[in-house]
Amino acid sequence: MRSLKLAWSYFRIGAANEIQYRANFVLQLITSAINLATGLVAISLVYAHTDDLAGWSRPELLVVMGIHILVGGVIGALIQPNMRQVMEEVEEGTFDLVLLRPADAQLLVSIRHFRIWRLVDVILGAIVIGTGAAGLSVGFLRAVAFLLAALMGVVVMYCIWLVLTTFAFRVVRADAFTDMFDGIYQAGRWPVSVYPAWLRGALTFVIPLAFAVTVPAETLTSRLGPLSLLAGLVITALVAMTTRWIWNANLRRYSGASA
Amino acid sequence: MINLARYYLAEARNGLIHEFQYRVTAAIGLLGFLVEPVVYLAVWRTIATAQGGTVGGYSANDFTAYYIVWSLVRAMNLALTPYSWEWRIRGGRLNDLLIRPVHPFHRDFAFFAGQKPVWIAIWIPFAVVLWITFRPAVDLGLGRSLVFFVTIWAAFAIRHMWLFVLGALNFWTTRTSAVFELNVALELMLSGRLVPLSLMPAWVQDVAAWLPFRWTFQYPIETMIGRLGWSQIGLGLVTQVGWIILLTLVIQLIWGRAIRRYTAVGG
Repeated sequence: MRSLKLAWSYFRIGAANEIQYRANFVLQLITSAINLATGLVAISLVYAHTDDLAGWSRPELLVVMGIHILVGGVIGALIQPNMRQVMEEVEEGTFDLVLLRPADAQLLVSIRHFRIWRLVDVILGAIVIGTGAAGLSVGFLRAVAFLLAALMGVVVMYCIWLVLTTFAFRVVRADAFTDMFDGIYQAGRWPVSVYPAWLRGALTFVIPLAFAVTVPAETLTSRLGPLSLLAGLVITALVAMTTRWIWNANLRRYSGASA
Repeated sequence: MINLARYYLAEARNGLIHEFQYRVTAAIGLLGFLVEPVVYLAVWRTIATAQGGTVGGYSANDFTAYYIVWSLVRAMNLALTPYSWEWRIRGGRLNDLLIRPVHPFHRDFAFFAGQKPVWIAIWIPFAVVLWITFRPAVDLGLGRSLVFFVTIWAAFAIRHMWLFVLGALNFWTTRTSAVFELNVALELMLSGRLVPLSLMPAWVQDVAAWLPFRWTFQYPIETMIGRLGWSQIGLGLVTQVGWIILLTLVIQLIWGRAIRRYTAVGG
């Protein structure tokens, strides 16, 4: 309860801060529109030359793209700004001040910095998913299962980001990981079944993008049943616990830089 | 001229040392970059195979060759982004470059050129992995390889100059990111970066012919993988030189005006 209150206060302050810069909202709209247009062009190009891509029809691929945009929006708005801040603080030595505060360190580093304008992508992604799903027949239960799968995907993405961030404790200059993640994230725009085995493996187990984008899409398009969803729940819990353990282990190794 | 050449050598060595020092950072960064062609490659190979062999004149094998060379061209045409200009101007970091007795353009150009050997060294194992995975059949002629070497440097020059001009927009307004995003989208579609232009509708190909983008991606790639005849290669080289001359003139024209608008903040 106390954690939620703390997160909410940080969110309110952050939002109030960002609402001052309304022009950024317009810029975000333009950027999101350009990205959406690029994605749609890519999809039309593909379906101008074929009717199905590795078993995925056009509306189904639209769902994949929508989820990719939506999850990308969540990462960009809620996860990435927080993690970047930690990386910067470790490099500059001001991270010590975070550790001094009387709250759980993992909680604290995960709720301090938000970019609310990126939530535009969440709305846009939802619209794209809706458009795609309109061409399929989706029941209520499926929709719920999809939301659950998407939520698990976001949790796993958060875990991956946190683990990447703990690398900063060791290598100090971890900003390149951000670029790498952004690059790899682009691969999530297509269902992983398109990729060669080694890349599919990497996208499932190393950077589990498959889990964040393809699995929710497969849930919505009736490719996965309740059993897989249950397995997903177990995996998500395991990943979350392992992440917590890695975070704590690395935190113990953190020795401070200056400050 | 001799002084400038010596400056270029020194600054290129600087770039090389810098990248070598941060080689892990460079490798991780490049790894992120290189996911892009693998994605396109996987998608278009799947389609070409499903369509019974070819799409838009490209077979699965051609796509593989195209995107492997693509990744090398990408490593070569990486240049300073307009975002860095925003960062420099907003933070007053440009002062440093302005007090030097050479045009800042030369500094960035030489610095990035110097980094290329490190990137190419990182690119080689990546290309080997792709080659072993997909085994494309390409015959690498010596003549074509030599021309390719020239075209990728010209591609780097064009792209660097183009981004320099866009970066200079920051002198007039600090809200330029929308323009840069648009530029990225246009480049994706009109350069052969997303797909070879022959897969695009005819009107897109017509538009692309009048813009610099394709001369920084598709043209060098096609030179290498043997899709162009010698007359087309020659014409392409002339076009590349034409763009370099044109962009040089544009830079000459705008730089003087741009720099007069600059007032330092800190630095």
